[in-house]
Amino acid sequence: MATLSRSLTAADRLKRLVVATPDRPLRLDSGRALEHVEIAYETWGRLSPARDNAVVICHALTGDQFVADVNPVTSRPAWWPRMVGPGRPIDTDRFFVIATNVLGGCMGSTGPASVGPGGQRWGVDFPLITIPDMVRAQIALLDALDIPDVFLVAGGSIGGMQVLEWTVQARGRVFAAAPIATAARQSAQNIGFYEVGRQAIMADPDWRDGAYLAHGVHPDRGLAVARMAAHITYVSEASLKRKFDRRLQDRSAVGFGFDADFQIESYLRHQGQSFVDRFDANSYLYITRAMDYYDLAADHDGQLAAAFAGLDTRFCVFSFSSDWHYTPEESRNLVRALNAAGCETSYVSIDSDKGHDAFLLEEPEYEAAMAGFIDAAAEARGLPPRSAGP
Amino acid sequence: MMDMAASQREDHRVIARFISAGERVLDVGCGDGQLMQLLRSERGAKPRGLELERAGVNRCVARGLAVVQGDADRDLPVYPDDAFDAAILSKTIQEVARPRFVLAELARIAPKVIVSFRNYGHWRVRFALLTQGSVPSLSHSGAWWSDGARRPCSARDMSELAAELGLQVTAIAAVGRDDDAQASLGWTNWFAEEVVFVLARTGKAQS
Repeated sequence: MATLSRSLTAADRLKRLVVATPDRPLRLDSGRALEHVEIAYETWGRLSPARDNAVVICHALTGDQFVADVNPVTSRPAWWPRMVGPGRPIDTDRFFVIATNVLGGCMGSTGPASVGPGGQRWGVDFPLITIPDMVRAQIALLDALDIPDVFLVAGGSIGGMQVLEWTVQARGRVFAAAPIATAARQSAQNIGFYEVGRQAIMADPDWRDGAYLAHGVHPDRGLAVARMAAHITYVSEASLKRKFDRRLQDRSAVGFGFDADFQIESYLRHQGQSFVDRFDANSYLYITRAMDYYDLAADHDGQLAAAFAGLDTRFCVFSFSSDWHYTPEESRNLVRALNAAGCETSYVSIDSDKGHDAFLLEEPEYEAAMAGFIDAAAEARGLPPRSAGP
Repeated sequence: MMDMAASQREDHRVIARFISAGERVLDVGCGDGQLMQLLRSERGAKPRGLELERAGVNRCVARGLAVVQGDADRDLPVYPDDAFDAAILSKTIQEVARPRFVLAELARIAPKVIVSFRNYGHWRVRFALLTQGSVPSLSHSGAWWSDGARRPCSARDMSELAAELGLQVTAIAAVGRDDDAQASLGWTNWFAEEVVFVLARTGKAQS
């Protein structure tokens, strides 16, 4: 699709830094290494002279680094404007906020759509990456920016997995962490749903064994189906009922055919179609695979608490009652492990019928709790208090 | 600014007397965090909380307190031995399903456990039972079914449970008595409506 090619080219002009070179390659969990890695990023606010007010935001599967501003490539609005900005809980008047595009992504960071060592786009020759690999690249970026310590790492969904990974990889360098609507391991149910999405992409004849960019085509139909299936898991039965129920789309009776009779069908088709304009199918394969592989306890003999033992990071875990993608139960398991490890932990569970996506939407109690957690952490860190409003 | 001291519960002020600066404290059933704030601001302690009610937890976190939403009957076993210097059950032990289990767990998590509770050994309760055959409410809010105590107990009952768990009663305070003097168990069990026990682990359980 022409739009996507334009997006990928435009993404080449985004702000980025080289974080791996042949001299200092990025070593991956797969055993392979990347000798050239660029990480695209955006920042807001000012780094304090003491360099102690950095906040790292980790985006979800289909997010990007444009947390608090319009994405100039896709023209989509900021994805977390309620949480990040002047006077917001993550206050850009107080903190130096850094958001990256993940390794393997398609908004300027090195990924399967990037040009590989042979001068061709990587496609599926790109090495499999993991959540720890993504965080390794982010830490390398912070090192390149000469920021030794991070005041706060926050993110939802797969971004929350990265938050957890940050605390254990950058041990002693993360003061506070806010993992939101996430889990320390990918559930079988989620692996299953993402496998459906990957199969849809790979079953599209235009996928061309992953080399579609070389052929000038895109597996749009497969990618759209993947997005439609996944999107259902981001909402809830209650929110679908409230928004659509069984209402028909621009008609008074069912059409006895396979058009989008129902509003929910039309909505999902729109979600799928608009997604293919902004996302690379191979990136979708790689990032979902990284989520499948995530199991933080696995490296610690199955004991999640052992991963956090001895950390002095303070945590605030958030979950949403109707989230069946990353359930409150998984957050409770995480909280139990953090408590077992002796970490200073808060756990906020929000009553919401908006499903997994609630973490991106307006939930006043969630925002108030986040602000309280951050303000208390800032005070404990000795950062200047929030300035009084205008 | 409203007078915070005046808004604090009397049992909170009694409990706070037994907490020292720098102590790591777990407040089980911390509600909306009033006691935690008192311990942090006036005693210089490092409080953390566990609370069942979601709304209370979220209010605590919004105030900058470290609180998890959870169930004392289920979630205490994950905490490591001696994770805290002190554990507090303020008017909570009569609300949990398994008070003996919860108290034993707290004594494992912290060497000092402070418990505040309504004393159903109070003379009014005894008198009402004897003369009217009726259990009065100690909450001043109505009948026996309205004050939330699932497991009513007296100061003597608590003393016996402590002994059974190998815990030494190092202090007994009657809430509402202004002096720091320690009351005897016998007096307390007759005359205190609300009691604070300070328990210390001795390592010798009877059972």
